Amino acid sequence: MADIRVVREECVGCGGCVAACPFGCIRMEDGIAIIDLDSCNFCGACVTECAFNAIILEKDRLEPAATAGARGVWVFGEQRDGVFSTVTFELLGEGRKLADALGDPLAVVAMGEGLAVDPLFAYGADTVYLADHPVLKDFRDGPYTHVFEELVRKYRPEVCLFGATSTGRSLAPRIAARLRTGLTADCTGLDILKDERLLVQTRPAFGGNIMATIHCRHTKPQMASVRPRVMKKAEPQPGRKGELVRHPVDPSAMTIRTQVVEFIKEDIETVNLEDADIIVSGGRGLADPKNFQHVADLARALGAAVGASRAAVDSGWIPYSHQVGQTGKTVSPKVYVACGISGAIQHLAGMSSSDLIVAVNKDPDAPIFKVCTYGVVGDLFQILPALTEAVKKAKAG
Amino acid sequence: MSGFNVVVCMKQVPDTTEVKIDPETKTLVREGVPSIINPFDTYAIEEGIRIRERHGGKVTILSMGPPQVKDSLKEAVAMGADDAVLISDRAFAGSDTLATSYTLAKAIEKLGSIDLIICGKQAIDGDTAQVGPGVAEHLDIPHLTYVRKLSELRAGYLRIERMVEGGYEVIETSLPCLITVVKEINEPRLPSMKGLMRARRQEIPVWTSQDLDVDPQRIGLTGSPTEVVRVFTPETRATGEILQGELEQQVAALVQRLLTAGVL
Repeated sequence: MADIRVVREECVGCGGCVAACPFGCIRMEDGIAIIDLDSCNFCGACVTECAFNAIILEKDRLEPAATAGARGVWVFGEQRDGVFSTVTFELLGEGRKLADALGDPLAVVAMGEGLAVDPLFAYGADTVYLADHPVLKDFRDGPYTHVFEELVRKYRPEVCLFGATSTGRSLAPRIAARLRTGLTADCTGLDILKDERLLVQTRPAFGGNIMATIHCRHTKPQMASVRPRVMKKAEPQPGRKGELVRHPVDPSAMTIRTQVVEFIKEDIETVNLEDADIIVSGGRGLADPKNFQHVADLARALGAAVGASRAAVDSGWIPYSHQVGQTGKTVSPKVYVACGISGAIQHLAGMSSSDLIVAVNKDPDAPIFKVCTYGVVGDLFQILPALTEAVKKAKAG
Repeated sequence: MSGFNVVVCMKQVPDTTEVKIDPETKTLVREGVPSIINPFDTYAIEEGIRIRERHGGKVTILSMGPPQVKDSLKEAVAMGADDAVLISDRAFAGSDTLATSYTLAKAIEKLGSIDLIICGKQAIDGDTAQVGPGVAEHLDIPHLTYVRKLSELRAGYLRIERMVEGGYEVIETSLPCLITVVKEINEPRLPSMKGLMRARRQEIPVWTSQDLDVDPQRIGLTGSPTEVVRVFTPETRATGEILQGELEQQVAALVQRLLTAGVL
């Protein structure tokens, strides 16, 4: 069992640890730090912060398992209807760097039916483990976990990366639990500590208010899901070749309990926010559902998807599938245009990693202006139509 | 069989609407921040109660955390849950998602024969979305994430709609199974007066590591393969540029900057 304690003789009562604790479980009493053990998560933030070595953290950990010999960076090749998703190629771009840092090969695990794997080699894969079978056509937790586990046990990868998508965030935790290894969710930064062969995983928590760096030292593979649109694709090299390993698939060995009856596509231009390069979102400032037309017009001119704040969704102006923010979708487009959105912390959590943020709001003190790249203070109902026309003109000219 | 035996997994979280950043130290101010039921879990609790109202059966709320989580469990009982159990022990402290899902699965095994487990899609403090699928794996039952609608539920059978990128999937599965739900699935009710009175009287049993058939090597910090090595405040963006002038000038300046950035 883990234990943490304050050495009373060393503590000077500076309060640094109180501020450093992300869980708010340290308080000062009579000039000495007191740690509430019921809420302490043993993250060690206070230990790092304390300049007086007054906090001692003892972690009773398992000895490293026999993990030597694990080799290779693997990317899960997410696909629908035989087409690999964008995040697969982003993971290949990042995976290539990690593999080179380790001096290891880069591989893709491709599961599906009738898959064309040449693009995977063109984008940097050295090896493709291909499990091609009708039973793997659609993602299902049972068959996919079964095949992935077989491959891991046979080839023993060092690192496995998944897109933090509806598929990846469903599959990766199931695989990690079966392999009894660590998994870090929704990473926005990855790196390698070469000497220790450690994957350094950085991710936001508390709705993006803090960042945490996480290691998985004692179990293999080291697994992470990675937020889409954060990593960069590599330049494809057409004709680049690699090794294709066909993995035999035996459905009789699998537990199959779910059936995908159908996939219903929703209007992709307006709803697929996660993949959009540009998003125009509307909020409470629109005042009336019919004013969403201004947002839609600008979105059409920009070739953008339409998003919304929680206030707009809760008012029934637009369906939930458009909601950006903590209780909606997390997006990181190249451009995010926030129209009449004040910028509550929950909304910022869902869009603050966008490359470029434009804010249009009549209130100059709205928090959205604190995170925007460009801000326009003024009347939405004049600015949006004028901007739409100017964008059309700029694109035509 | 009459009705469904439903378990809802709930987490108590700090109310992040109340979390502020200290401008001096750039760290989270957590003092006086109220603890609430993870908002996504309120949809899970509501769905469990609706299933019981429609089909009969029982809804049990399960949570792991410090003793003060009892308050949130009582709130769930006040909404209409039948029972609640708290899993609490210093030995569980420091659990990552693997150790947490293992511990919850062991508690669910102790509850007996379960038809359906419902979780919120993720917790708003950790945002991992990993515990639900982990629990399902430890129990060797199927799981379906991001469920926005229960279309059909009968003995041994469930049909749902699941939100995915660009649309939704219609999926059938056998029971028992675990689902994680999104906000779209329902509108959670507020506790009723009768519910509040019942919650006040309700005993909330506390299960420690001694009460569960757990391997001590697989719980708490010891059973957690991931290790937080550093926590820091993200770099704040450089302050943005507020475009000045009359409407036409503001719009022209913005379009010029978008052109320069190469995004038009």
